[in-house]
Amino acid sequence: MKYAYYPGCSAESTARDQYMSVKEVAKKLNIELVEPKGWTCCGSTPAHHTNKMLSLALPAANLLMAQKMGLDVIVFCAACYNRMKVANYEIQKDPAIRKEISETLGEDYNGCVKVHHFVEILIKNIGVKKLQQSFTHSLDGLKVASYYGCLLVRPEEVTQFDNPENPTIMDSLIILMGGESIDWPHKVECCGGGFALSRIDIVIELSNSILGMAKASDAQCISVACPMCQVNLDLRQGDINKAKGMAYNLPIVYITQLVGLCMGISPEKLGMDKCVISPKPIIELVRKAY
Amino acid sequence: MQVVNLISGINISSCLQCKKCSNGCVVSSLTKVRPSEIIRRLQLGAGDELLNSDLVWMCASCETCFARCPMNINMAAVMDALRIIAVKKNASKQKGNVALFNKSFLGTVKMFGRTYDLGMIAAYKMGTASYFQDTDKFPMMLKKGKISLLPSFQADKKYIRRIFKKKDIKQDRQ
Repeated sequence: MKYAYYPGCSAESTARDQYMSVKEVAKKLNIELVEPKGWTCCGSTPAHHTNKMLSLALPAANLLMAQKMGLDVIVFCAACYNRMKVANYEIQKDPAIRKEISETLGEDYNGCVKVHHFVEILIKNIGVKKLQQSFTHSLDGLKVASYYGCLLVRPEEVTQFDNPENPTIMDSLIILMGGESIDWPHKVECCGGGFALSRIDIVIELSNSILGMAKASDAQCISVACPMCQVNLDLRQGDINKAKGMAYNLPIVYITQLVGLCMGISPEKLGMDKCVISPKPIIELVRKAY
Repeated sequence: MQVVNLISGINISSCLQCKKCSNGCVVSSLTKVRPSEIIRRLQLGAGDELLNSDLVWMCASCETCFARCPMNINMAAVMDALRIIAVKKNASKQKGNVALFNKSFLGTVKMFGRTYDLGMIAAYKMGTASYFQDTDKFPMMLKKGKISLLPSFQADKKYIRRIFKKKDIKQDRQ
């Protein structure tokens, strides 16, 4: 299995742990990930705030690289995933947009390179049986809140990831690993995403509501599939505790880190030492549970 | 409304004012203006005063409004259109100056082909005079490798140069 892997800018900074865990898990499953040489930023939220054509051309440039490689694309960052899906959708739907993007890039891009989230590949392409065979450890009843956020599931017509109000793909992975996937209402709430620097007050309000609901639902940790969600819930947790008078202490881990742990990969290789809220209790639990 | 229709490609007149967007909006408990109100005002021929609504720059682009709209109105695209017009018309700056954040972010993309967090943060902090905000986190992030001192030089800027050049020309024309 060979894919073009688009790490996204956060893989080089705030989400290095995500990058490490995706690479490790892929290696274990013999998924070959080839990074398009010289990949560039997808533009994320600032681009679609600023100029529609810019927000489509930036991801399209990377999809064009994948088209030349003749490979489907794997993404982990939910923002990159969303922007690439939107670019494909708009280019396929509107010939005028395709023409303009192609003129901008200097080459024609047809909008047909398939974009998958890494979690989709695990469940849909690798499959339950092969995944189960690769697990040497178990989550041993760990109560995990699966948190999807906005960009994977919305808009449904464009991303076609899962049910936009009650996605279950990550939950099924948790159950497969022997964890308890808790039923909670904040799966697709917003964490404040792109306001991480500009409107910290909004991030604190929204992320507090997510952490509060996870805690009230008895979660021992939150599993995420988006670098912005991870930063807002993990790095900001101290600020939220201070502002709201709480003491959450909830580890925020990438789903790939949990998968990696169950495959017996060392926590260091999965970048788990980079979490601000220590995931040590999870690591100890998994290590004991063979 | 015509300008918003044109930029967003969304036909606002089909809104029924059911207010599902406002009820689902994650920031509407914090804002004075709610999404359904933006649409209603546009229907009634609102002018530039709408650009000063707090929701314009407090909208988190989470798209819950769009996901739940029974008329399939892409409210997120409407909000993008309002932000684009607000920047062009130099509407009053709002708390947090999200427009400056966007500019700082895209500035590093234009320069390096990928985002450069430190450069972006520096440009944004200079513009907002929020120098000491979060400085306590910097040593820890550096130690954990969650922020880099130097930008990435791996990006192939062939497309980036073309995209930003083309975009600048287009914006001038608008």
